Amino acid sequence: MTMSSELPAPPPTEPAAGGPPPLLSADDVARVVDRIAHQLIERAASASPAGASDGGLADLVLVGIPTRGAPLARRLAARIEAFSGTAVDVGTVDITLYRDDLRLRGVRALEDTRLPGAGVDGRLVVLVDDVLFSGRSVRAALDALRDLGRPRAVQLAVLVDRGHRELPIRADYVGKNVPTSRTQSVKVHLAEVDGLDEVLLTEGADA
Amino acid sequence: MSLLITNARPYGEDAVDIRIEDGRIAAIGPGLEADGAQVVDAAGLVALPGLVDLHTHLREPGREDAETVETGSRAAALGGFTAVHAMANTDPVADTAGVVEQVWRLGQEAGLVDVVPVGAVTVGLRGERLAELGAMADSAARVRVFSDDGHCVADPALMRRALEYVKALDGVVAQHAEEPRLTVGAQMNEGDRSARLGLVGWPAAAEEAVIARDVLLAGHVGARLHVCHVSTAGSVDILRWAKSRGVQVTAEVTPHHLLLTDECAETYDPVFKVNPPLRSDADVQALRAGLADGTIDAVATDHAPHAVEDKESEWASARPGMLGLEQALSIVVQTMVEPGLLDWRGVADRMSVRPAAIGRLDGHGRPLAVGEPASLLLLDPTHRATVDPAALASRSRNSPYAGRELPGRVVATFLRGTATVLDGKAQK
Amino acid sequence: MKRHLLEAADLDRADATLVLDTAGQIESALAGREVKKLPTLRGRTVVNLFYEDSTRTRISFELAAKRLSADVINFSAKGSSVSKGESLKDTALTLEAMGSDAIVIRHQASGAPHRLAQWVKGSVVNAGDGTHEHPTQALLDAYTIRQRLGRLDGVRVVLVGDVLHSRVARSNVWLLSTLGAQVTLVAPPTLLPVGVGSWPVQVSYDLDAVLSKADVVMMLRVQAERMNASFFPSAREYSRRYGLDARRMAVLPDDAIVMHPGPMNRGMEIAAEVADSARSTIVDQVGNGVSVRMAVLYLLLGGAPE
Repeated sequence: MTMSSELPAPPPTEPAAGGPPPLLSADDVARVVDRIAHQLIERAASASPAGASDGGLADLVLVGIPTRGAPLARRLAARIEAFSGTAVDVGTVDITLYRDDLRLRGVRALEDTRLPGAGVDGRLVVLVDDVLFSGRSVRAALDALRDLGRPRAVQLAVLVDRGHRELPIRADYVGKNVPTSRTQSVKVHLAEVDGLDEVLLTEGADA
Repeated sequence: MSLLITNARPYGEDAVDIRIEDGRIAAIGPGLEADGAQVVDAAGLVALPGLVDLHTHLREPGREDAETVETGSRAAALGGFTAVHAMANTDPVADTAGVVEQVWRLGQEAGLVDVVPVGAVTVGLRGERLAELGAMADSAARVRVFSDDGHCVADPALMRRALEYVKALDGVVAQHAEEPRLTVGAQMNEGDRSARLGLVGWPAAAEEAVIARDVLLAGHVGARLHVCHVSTAGSVDILRWAKSRGVQVTAEVTPHHLLLTDECAETYDPVFKVNPPLRSDADVQALRAGLADGTIDAVATDHAPHAVEDKESEWASARPGMLGLEQALSIVVQTMVEPGLLDWRGVADRMSVRPAAIGRLDGHGRPLAVGEPASLLLLDPTHRATVDPAALASRSRNSPYAGRELPGRVVATFLRGTATVLDGKAQK
Repeated sequence: MKRHLLEAADLDRADATLVLDTAGQIESALAGREVKKLPTLRGRTVVNLFYEDSTRTRISFELAAKRLSADVINFSAKGSSVSKGESLKDTALTLEAMGSDAIVIRHQASGAPHRLAQWVKGSVVNAGDGTHEHPTQALLDAYTIRQRLGRLDGVRVVLVGDVLHSRVARSNVWLLSTLGAQVTLVAPPTLLPVGVGSWPVQVSYDLDAVLSKADVVMMLRVQAERMNASFFPSAREYSRRYGLDARRMAVLPDDAIVMHPGPMNRGMEIAAEVADSARSTIVDQVGNGVSVRMAVLYLLLGGAPE
């Protein structure tokens, strides 16, 4: 079962000067976030005992994977609260210290790890990231979560799934599936980090 | 056997030919006939009297793994030396006629330079009582220079007696000026760098205080004093003052103190650990000026070979000392000749004439003139080469100049008419 | 970051800040967890090569390495081949041949870590060398100041005591001034190095004159034996002129803190009531030491080998 669904093809936009049109425009990103928020609300309600006043959302913890998963998780929480009237817990978990490819690259600066005060034990954790690619980041996040507590269940929400999995991992909520070649790179820009919202597909692997 | 050196420039002056017969200079002039003599082409080369080192550590007997009289003699000949004074801090210490004669005889056997033993001032260098200075002076080694080098004759009463006593021997006490109580555990020059590096400082005052004391004593008793390895600007000032007062004091400076500063310690590589330590740039400038104006009489190498394990260690546990014989003249060319502080006659004076006079070596430090002993060197002053410790003739490798490009190459050295070095190669 | 951590003097502001920030991230990543362990350095080997007894520093490094899942070997110079005369170089090459990725060295000779770094391929961390430096101590001190006061820029730090023989003082002078703090050294002139004038610090011989303008007072350990070499006349006189007691503590600004790298001589340079006061960060310093050393090990070993 999957709850992900494809967006309709993006409306034609004026190509940016000198570059291809974005995969997702700012409006698309907002629509995708809204849709995933709705899906999370529905899913929580269907899993919660009938008549629970919070629609099961008290059980939910959104955990962003830095860098861009963290603001995405906060946006999802804000939209869930706007649609349902219920605030949900948000956290971040930096996975750098859990990566299995540390020795392949230069040393990386660490980012925040912050969990809500109630922790994750016995709750539904939804990991939030911008792009799902090899799956190694998600595995590192799962390893980190294991050291942080024992959730009832863990799910995954991503803005873009670009394929090329190297591990048996799939997303539960996908903003957009994008077939790519390995030589291409998907760049997600978010206002909180990059000053604007857009998703670009460019030639040339990630630097 | 006779030799004809063609087109050499004595003291860097006009090119002439030099004919050598029976160990002496037989003729000097343009266009001399070969007459069957072996011809050495010296076009472009500067001829200088053979260099005399007042301060060499040859390590034999005792540390033949670091240097022997033979290997040290070879290094000396390659550096243009025809005589070296071998310091007394061997094992056993050269504090008896027996040991100094042994060293002298080893030098004769090696036959590359005249090895002139220095006798210890005190028994075992312990600074307690005088060694038998007269016996060493009267021995075959004819010792005239006495030194506890490595240790200071710190006791002022003992130093006074030594200065007085050697007057009867026409000798000189060569003092290693270091007040020991001020240098307990000392590792490097005391100053900004020692403060930062956390190495115990060796204050300039520890040298200057002893020199000041000793020039006063030497003046008081009318004796000759020689000061080893002067390293500070203050020492130069004290010497200048003492000489102006007529004190019979002479002094030497090492090549490394003319070139290197305590900045070298920043790597913590003990190849730069030496006693007295490398000082500040201001000290280096003062030493060059002192050597130029004659306040400092001589350049002496303090050639101090050390086995690899004595240098490949932490700074504090490494032994102090540096190689010097093979690069001494190059350092003087770089620090004194090229900047115009000394001309070639000045080099001959500070590296041959005056050290020979201080050591009372009659056959050395003689002018390049007809009838004089044919002990001389030929230098290519324009040649520049990078120092490779592995290529040195010394048995040790602790050259502080490794990797440095230095000017000047000793092409040939002659000891009483016999080539000890030709084409830059030792002849035995 | 460079390959080694040999001295605080060669950390620039960006590197030093990276260490402190990383320590903060690690501390938050481990906060409140039952399993205080990260898999980051799994399969890497860290050797603690200690030529001097220093149980607290060794344990701190050991804990830091273990919390990053590195394998840790403690090599104490006592009772080993070293006591049979093996050279530092031979010991280091032996350890490296056994597969060490980093050597944490404590040595009585200033510069020993620099020498080691010339001989081995792995990383070298200076855990205190002679009277030269103790960079991780300064990093944990800076971390503690930032934690308590919220900043380092412009913070007025007074370092009191045996600066001459103190590697902690040297490391703090360089690191804190790099990070923008204003450092004042207070000591009898006998316990200040000749050449201190070239350091980026103020110097005072009068503790009382500077206390009212201090945000941080860092007391250095003073060994009573120094009086035998006439660095000062007696422990009593030292304590009276340079010790931090309750009377002097009362002069400090309200939010000022008191630090000590340990081990303390209570009653000598610091009074017990000061050491145990709310201003004292001495216990914090110990805990922060582990986070800072984890950060250092991560930053040196966590990336691709050069």
